[in-house]
Amino acid sequence: MFSRAYKTAVTVPPLLWVTVFLLVPYALLFCYSFWSVTPAQTIAHHWNLGNYRELLRVRVYFETLLRSMWIAARVMLFALLLGYPLAYYLSFHAGARKDLLYQLVIIPLWVSYLVRAYAWKTILGSDGVLNTLLQYVHLTRHPAEFLLYSPFAVVLTLTHIYTPFAFLPIYASLEHIPRNLVEASHDLGASPLQTFWRVILPLSIPGVLAGATFAFVLSLGDFLAPLLLGGPSGIMISNIVVSLFGAAYNWPLGAAISLCMLLLVVSLLFLSERLEKKWSYS
Amino acid sequence: MELLVSAPARNPRWLALYAALVFAFLYAPILVLIVYSFNGGGVGGFPPHDFTLSWYRVLLGDGAMWSSVLNSLTVALAAMAISLLLGIPAALALDRASFPGKAAFRRLVLLPLILPGIITGLSLLMLFVGMGLHLSLLTITLGHGTALISVAATDIFAGLQKLDRAQEEASLDLGANYWQTFWRVTLPNLRLPIIGAALLIFTLSMDEIAVSFFLIGRDNTLPLEIWSRLRRGMTPEINAISTVIFVFSLAAILLWYRLRARPEGQPELGAELVETAAAN
Amino acid sequence: MTSPAQHAAQPQPLLSIRAVAKSFGKLAVLRAISLHVDEGEFLTILGESGSGKTTLLRLIAGFERADSGEIWMAGERLDPLPPYRRRVNTVFQSYALFPHLTVRDNVAYGLRVQRVAASEVSKRVEEALDMVKMSAFAASKPAKISGGQQQRVALARALVNRPRLLLLDEPLSALDANLRRQMQLELKSLQREVGISFVFVTHDQEEAMVMSDRIALLRNGSLEQVATPRDIYSRPATSYTAQFIGHTNLLRGRVERGVARCHGLEFRVSAPDGLALFSLRPEHIRLADANAPAGEQSVRFQARILTQSFHGATDLLQVECAEGLKLTVRVSSHGALTGQHAFEFSVADVIPVRDSQERS
Repeated sequence: MFSRAYKTAVTVPPLLWVTVFLLVPYALLFCYSFWSVTPAQTIAHHWNLGNYRELLRVRVYFETLLRSMWIAARVMLFALLLGYPLAYYLSFHAGARKDLLYQLVIIPLWVSYLVRAYAWKTILGSDGVLNTLLQYVHLTRHPAEFLLYSPFAVVLTLTHIYTPFAFLPIYASLEHIPRNLVEASHDLGASPLQTFWRVILPLSIPGVLAGATFAFVLSLGDFLAPLLLGGPSGIMISNIVVSLFGAAYNWPLGAAISLCMLLLVVSLLFLSERLEKKWSYS
Repeated sequence: MELLVSAPARNPRWLALYAALVFAFLYAPILVLIVYSFNGGGVGGFPPHDFTLSWYRVLLGDGAMWSSVLNSLTVALAAMAISLLLGIPAALALDRASFPGKAAFRRLVLLPLILPGIITGLSLLMLFVGMGLHLSLLTITLGHGTALISVAATDIFAGLQKLDRAQEEASLDLGANYWQTFWRVTLPNLRLPIIGAALLIFTLSMDEIAVSFFLIGRDNTLPLEIWSRLRRGMTPEINAISTVIFVFSLAAILLWYRLRARPEGQPELGAELVETAAAN
Repeated sequence: MTSPAQHAAQPQPLLSIRAVAKSFGKLAVLRAISLHVDEGEFLTILGESGSGKTTLLRLIAGFERADSGEIWMAGERLDPLPPYRRRVNTVFQSYALFPHLTVRDNVAYGLRVQRVAASEVSKRVEEALDMVKMSAFAASKPAKISGGQQQRVALARALVNRPRLLLLDEPLSALDANLRRQMQLELKSLQREVGISFVFVTHDQEEAMVMSDRIALLRNGSLEQVATPRDIYSRPATSYTAQFIGHTNLLRGRVERGVARCHGLEFRVSAPDGLALFSLRPEHIRLADANAPAGEQSVRFQARILTQSFHGATDLLQVECAEGLKLTVRVSSHGALTGQHAFEFSVADVIPVRDSQERS
């Protein structure tokens, strides 16, 4: 029913814009990763695999990537462990307070990411809220130093930030489960626990996959929480990229690392999409 | 029937308790942040003592902070305009046009939503440097505006899916041309998704740091200003400005909930976004 | 029914559809449809779901483009025009009232987008609302009024533009049975009053019979028959038509030299020799008076009553004749009937029909 002119008018402007400001930049990232820096600190535009060879040669890059993935995996796990029961409780047991509680999960999303990371710093620091509280109630005598500037602090902060992201798709998938399926399961003699394992959990898998992907991918690329709370042992892969684009001034190497991250993320998205399709029945 | 009544009634206590603990975890940092903005002893130390408003007074006289707020507001408003001006046609195109590369276009538009911000940020940095553009608030605005088209397109696309196509057919049938139909029927029906997207874009832009981090020129946005001060040390002034922003965000959310207060649907700002992005 | 169809007399029809075909992908939805609508006529397009009736309507309205064929209206080629250039308006199945506009603004919509002067707009809107008795609800939003009221508003919104032709896409299907019967009569009298041609789409054959000047029966994208309600009922051209409109008995038999033989029944027909199919309506078979002799033009036979069901003024009987032929018979309400009885029907009521199975 829409004329050709209509379709052209709505298609061409966003297509052009997205090409110039998204497609071209990502393509530039690709190109840079095959270029190099001259000693005079200019970009040499001849194509080579030097950056990728460097990534394989210097162990710290690979180690940092592994550490980032390990941190992201823990964040993902904790976000699911916190988010799933919360979503289940809201969807099936919260009754009339459901909408209010739902909004309460969303609201922290609206508080600045940076500010929440900063808040954790004020809590975890050696003269921070937690340590002084512990001393105040005489649980400890000296501040626990391991709290801040450690992978633990990074995982804790990122879990706090990404739990609502894991919660949302899980909650949506639970809400989409027709309630008469639960009634049918009870009717056929299944206990609430059996109903959960045999009906509810399998039907909520697409939400779990989406939530897990979110938590993992978003925390994998994070660089502020490590800078703020991670200390030397909490450095993540994006921190290396930031320094390569800053003081170290090696854009091509930074681009190569970024491209690896991009490929990792895109293949994860692809994988999770395939799995979600496999687990969805509608 | 007894079964159906008793199942929810057997509401496990431990589950409610667990949920309460998760909420405590989500809100503890925010609470600490607000409490210590009134703490005379500065950040940290338990218990908080010496209630004071002096950090707010310091904040009030902090010219650099306020100019960064002004910068952020400018960027957020301009980014909102860019995202909506391109996101609305993008959503219409995804909903009703078919063209080669449509699937790729959809994925490309949504990519900045899920990709680590750092990748989008430095890719744009390469573009702007290549174009010979000076880094400034303009480059940040272009970056935010582009990255957040995803938000506008997703929200509005979801709205279009719910829109009864017969509405637009009726308008054409009654003699309105495509342009009139767009203004008089399509747009009014998309009012809520558009306002929702606008609020979300505004907030995300106000809070954005990864993309801005690479595109910053001489003028700081608020998150970057906070960031640069954090590296120098902690000051309750940051708690104060954060609290102020939190209160404004809360007001925006409440405004949104008021707009959306419909019996049939719960407010789900951002939820659709997360769901669609997850399905991308 | 004051005016049966006068299509033969009309020199130029208002709307003329010429060999229009439409496919969605591989699925042929309409195959070379030709049909016309006369000035002031109430034409119903009747068909089952999937027959293509809504697609035909959407082609006339301009929401779809035909793959081939032409549509003309009053001497002007219609099909290349966008919907908003056609003097055709539609009442949608779901009404498609704009939820963000009041009843008054909904009705004014068409006039305003065509830049009719404000004073004229308000005058015509009041008239239109008056006509459908909805003036009291002018300031309401569509969600606040009932289904029947929404229906009237949709009608006013279309008619206020004074279209040459009004299209109605199953507009009564959302209403409950009582309201529906009432609206059928109202629609019909409204159509006479305004004198605009109506093309009405429905799957309900009774609705079609009550309201139409002519019925176009559509089946699998082809026109099965186009005729007045009386003609289509009493002279169905095909077995499909005979079965779809009302109930019928289909008799399959062989004709030899003007005599048809079907399962032991014999009667004279004017049909060519060979296999043949006949339609015989249940109400055309009656219980025979055993004392009176059978008439010249009637066929009498013995049958055993299998079942009897009560339908108010009439009873429906399932009967079995010799050679196992089962027939449905409608008789005026009796007490219980059992066992063998004599039945008869007039030869004139046996209608030869084409076998529809051959065509699909």
